Amino acid sequence: MKNNHEPLFHVVKRDELSRGKGILIRVVAIIVALIFCGIITVALTGVNPISVYGTMVTGAFGSVRKTWVTLQNTAILLLIALALTPAFRMKFWNCGGEGQILMGGLASAACMITLADKLPNAVIIILMIISSIVAGAVWAGLPALFKALWNTNETLSTLMMNYIAIQLVAYFTVVWENPKGSGKIGIINQNSNIGWLPEIANKYLLAIVVGLIITFFVYIYIYYTKHGYEVCVVGESYRTARYVGIKVGKVIVRTLLLSGALCGLVGLLLVGGINHTITTTIAGGQGFTAIMVSWLAKFNPFVMILTSGLIVFLGRGAGEIATVFGFNQSFSDILTGIILFCIIGCEFFVTYKIKINKKEGEGNV
Amino acid sequence: MSENTSTTAIKLCGLTKTFGHVIANSDVSMEIKKGEILALLGENGSGKTTLMNMIAGIYYPDEGKILIDDKEVSIGSPRDAFRYGIGMVHQHFKLIDVLTAAENITLGENGRLDMKKTVARIKDICDKYGFDIDPNQKVYNMSVSQKQTVEIVKVLYRGADILILDEPTAVLTPQETEKLFKVLSNMKKDGKAIIIITHKLNEVQEISDRVAVLRQGHYIGDLITAETNAQEMTDMMVGHKVELNIDRPEYKGEKVPRIVVNGLNIRNEEGIEKLKDVSFSVNSGEILGIAGISGCGQKELLEAIAGLQVVESGSIKYIDENGKESELVGMEPLDITELGVTLSFVPEDRLGMGLVGNMDLADNMMLRSFRNNSTPFTDRKNPHELADRIVSELDVKTPSIETEVRKLSGGNVQKVLVGREISNTPSVLMTAYAVRGLDINSSYAIYDLINQQKMKGVAVIFVGEDLDVLLQLSDRILVLCDGQVSGIVDGKSADKNQVGMMMTKLGGEDKNNEE
Amino acid sequence: MFDFLISFIPRAVGQGIPLLYGSTGEIMTEKSGNLNLGIPGVMYVGGIAGVIGAFLYEQGGNVIAPLAILIPLLCSLLGSLIMGLIYCFLTVTLRANQNVTGLAMTTFGVGIGNFFGGSLIKISGADVPSIALSETSAYFSKSLPFADKCGWFGKVFLSYGFLAYLAIIIAIVCSVVLKRTRIGLHLRAVGEDPATADAAGINVTRYKYVSTCIGCMIAGIGGLYYVMDYACGVWSNDAFGDRGWLAIALVIFTIWRPNVSIVSSIFFGGLYILYMYLPTGMEHMEVKELYKMLPYIVTLIVLVITSMRNRREDQPPASLGLAYFRESR
Repeated sequence: MKNNHEPLFHVVKRDELSRGKGILIRVVAIIVALIFCGIITVALTGVNPISVYGTMVTGAFGSVRKTWVTLQNTAILLLIALALTPAFRMKFWNCGGEGQILMGGLASAACMITLADKLPNAVIIILMIISSIVAGAVWAGLPALFKALWNTNETLSTLMMNYIAIQLVAYFTVVWENPKGSGKIGIINQNSNIGWLPEIANKYLLAIVVGLIITFFVYIYIYYTKHGYEVCVVGESYRTARYVGIKVGKVIVRTLLLSGALCGLVGLLLVGGINHTITTTIAGGQGFTAIMVSWLAKFNPFVMILTSGLIVFLGRGAGEIATVFGFNQSFSDILTGIILFCIIGCEFFVTYKIKINKKEGEGNV
Repeated sequence: MSENTSTTAIKLCGLTKTFGHVIANSDVSMEIKKGEILALLGENGSGKTTLMNMIAGIYYPDEGKILIDDKEVSIGSPRDAFRYGIGMVHQHFKLIDVLTAAENITLGENGRLDMKKTVARIKDICDKYGFDIDPNQKVYNMSVSQKQTVEIVKVLYRGADILILDEPTAVLTPQETEKLFKVLSNMKKDGKAIIIITHKLNEVQEISDRVAVLRQGHYIGDLITAETNAQEMTDMMVGHKVELNIDRPEYKGEKVPRIVVNGLNIRNEEGIEKLKDVSFSVNSGEILGIAGISGCGQKELLEAIAGLQVVESGSIKYIDENGKESELVGMEPLDITELGVTLSFVPEDRLGMGLVGNMDLADNMMLRSFRNNSTPFTDRKNPHELADRIVSELDVKTPSIETEVRKLSGGNVQKVLVGREISNTPSVLMTAYAVRGLDINSSYAIYDLINQQKMKGVAVIFVGEDLDVLLQLSDRILVLCDGQVSGIVDGKSADKNQVGMMMTKLGGEDKNNEE
Repeated sequence: MFDFLISFIPRAVGQGIPLLYGSTGEIMTEKSGNLNLGIPGVMYVGGIAGVIGAFLYEQGGNVIAPLAILIPLLCSLLGSLIMGLIYCFLTVTLRANQNVTGLAMTTFGVGIGNFFGGSLIKISGADVPSIALSETSAYFSKSLPFADKCGWFGKVFLSYGFLAYLAIIIAIVCSVVLKRTRIGLHLRAVGEDPATADAAGINVTRYKYVSTCIGCMIAGIGGLYYVMDYACGVWSNDAFGDRGWLAIALVIFTIWRPNVSIVSSIFFGGLYILYMYLPTGMEHMEVKELYKMLPYIVTLIVLVITSMRNRREDQPPASLGLAYFRESR
């Protein structure tokens, strides 16, 4: 047999992959990614790889405080991912988490700054909650409205909304500058603590508790409610949705209002509960990272606890490496990027398998 | 016959292809001669298209070999197929909408792009075999038949000697089919080997020299067309005898109008008039067939009744059992459904509208009923039971009701869809292309379902493609031509040619040999 | 007013050229059906790779003309090519989700840029957080020889470094390739409907790889232009900002036409710097920040308007964002 065009192998779709095997593939991918990161770190620093990984663990869980921060960051990233998830189930690529968070944060900050001394603290906090949720919802609702009315590409419109939000925050940073000339707002109500969200046990737990509550809420919302069902149908086919009497436009706008509201809530937590100030970088790109968190979890809220935990661990671990070995913090972006590439790539082996064409097998039967 | 007839164009030896657990083809061996038209016959899911896709380089066989001019070849890509002179016209056209006919035809060629030369060569081919197309027309402006012509010209332009046509007549009017067959015999005279996949036995008899039959992925055998008959072919195809006649039971109750359409005008999104002054009525206990070439407004008509189309003017009245009239124009689809008017619309891709491919059977059952409780949560129990019932009653072949619908075969998908619509106990049932692409057994199962509904007093609107079926199943047939009512004929007395003419010419006035 | 334009236009062009590179690159990528949201990262990598090349070359002393241009340029091309290959391997060969891959590329690319930028700053031991490559940069920003002799004409049309003219040439070439050549026809076919292109015998994988990689390389030069010409060879972390996203926005703004992009990118560049022309010493300087919103608001409006008009010819390539698998069933 001298066939000149015999392909050496070809790719076929898997029928059904057992859950265990699926998890195994992903675990292997993460291990490969870690080895890869280790090699790169070693190449740049010359220290032994074991201590590199050790440093990563120390960075994330080295002390009680570090562990709490890791958990808190996980909760925040998880919350953003949860916020985006209903939109993604509808195949609405909401890349505007960043802007929606900022708007929520901006609304909180506005309440804290302008209403301090004018209203009782409890009223201010209630107003902060309402205004941040509304602000986030509006910021997501606008692109949704465009999509519903004219099918405007949402990836791009939400991206643009991010930058408009950033500039709005920049604008108010100048307006509320404190002290004058510093170019930033500084800790808001540092002495009176007006508008600071109450702490549960310690200053980290609030975000974690909210994160867990919202996880349950989103899980039930997408899998067990009529709304969730409508979202899924709309995501699969507008035509089918219309045919069974689902008002597609309404569902798009409603889902994005929810998505944006949850992002707004994250803004509230960041400004009122954690940082007590606002900057243009307060969301720190997590609006984008959360897209990957949600996608890696296949849009399952409980799996997102794991994926967000993983990403935060990597980020903090890599950050620690950077500090210990004297790199700048961007090093963690590189490692996160590499790990994401590996995880993204491994999805291929979950969906497909490679069949090698055996020469001897040809022509038999 | 020319001297070429004796030489083999292509020979298949033991071809096998599996998709996961599904065996699409198992050990298929056959050959096609030059200057021959071979009809490849088989039920849906019998592996005809997969087999042809392997020859055309779309799929790579798991086992077996292909011989062209007695030499073993490996066809790893469509480009390889072209090199060996194999060209396939797929059921779903592989044309790019935003390009012109000529650009589509030259696609995949090498060398400098010279549109003038390309257009000239296309005109040559058209003259030689008798095609009629404008090479500079954009494909998105073309009719289905024009697109098919482009496909065939494309294959010839690339120098194919072996042509494969996958259900070419499914989308054509009788007149267009005739034209196609004329072209095919011209090509046959030119020494080309032609394989035509089809379900329609009369066409097999009309055009082919030889028939090869596949059943459940296996090659059953071949017959010389001139020496066989429809019964024998059907037997080979299904493995056991099937009754070729469709029932048309008579409804015993009183027939009263259910839907009355008056002066309906519709424009589509581009502002093109799709329906002009359409008026008719549908009665309880009857099947109103709707005939027409594709794109003549059937889709818009059904969608208008279901509340999915914007109506320019005219009225659609629904009259319930108690004689109460409701105007459907301007109503929401949901409210129309609640009146008992249901639409089980099966578009080209079968899953496009009535079902969600990535959801399982049970979840698909919920599409209609998920609002049926007052809590914000969905009820999962009833849809499960309904899915179980449909699976057992309609004999749906599925691993479980948790299987995603897209993994089922076409016939089973349609059973699920029609089954769900009927479970709503509709008073008006609309169905379009309910048996498109289905094998004979599945088709009959669907006809039975529709007849049962009719006997319950449901008004049925049946949009069909196969005139034979329409004529045998319908009590009356509404013929549409270019968005207008060409005429309404009685199903029992109507004549196929007459309906065919009415489809292409308003009122069919050209019918000079009418009895 | 005239004086204003004379000073405004060259700066708008300076701002516009990186956007032109980015959008031309992204158009070529998107025409093959790949929505590469990693372009911002690619442009960072293109910039830093060129900077690294230039830095090492300057360290060696003795800077001469052709090498001073060639070394950074080749380094930049190589850097963005690697980024393109990573993207293609993941999305084309491994058929990963394009949105997610693109975003990961942006994280990765910006990380690479800032990490190596930071490291170089440390090595060079500068007391400001930036590195200046004045020697090599001088070759990049050299304007046409008779620019200053031609008055306003020279200032508006001749005062740019060669990369600016190269950007326009590349945009025109891309436009012609897409419209008039067989490669362009095949590329458009791949982006519209890869299954059909495949059936016609076009090597879909190769087209996707080549056009995406070339697209990335073009975008990468945009990053290089920004550092070496616009910023006069000064790299500071995060200085490139969000121009990559703006380039992606431009693709929509120009409705996938590189030739339209030439004018539009300069228009965008103008919007981007309009705030600098506000009268200084105003009472409310914070309004400046609102002016910086303009390009995004304009893009958003254009995006909404094109979707409202919904013309067949103005739509994105039909398979944009979707992976292609031949045997999918």
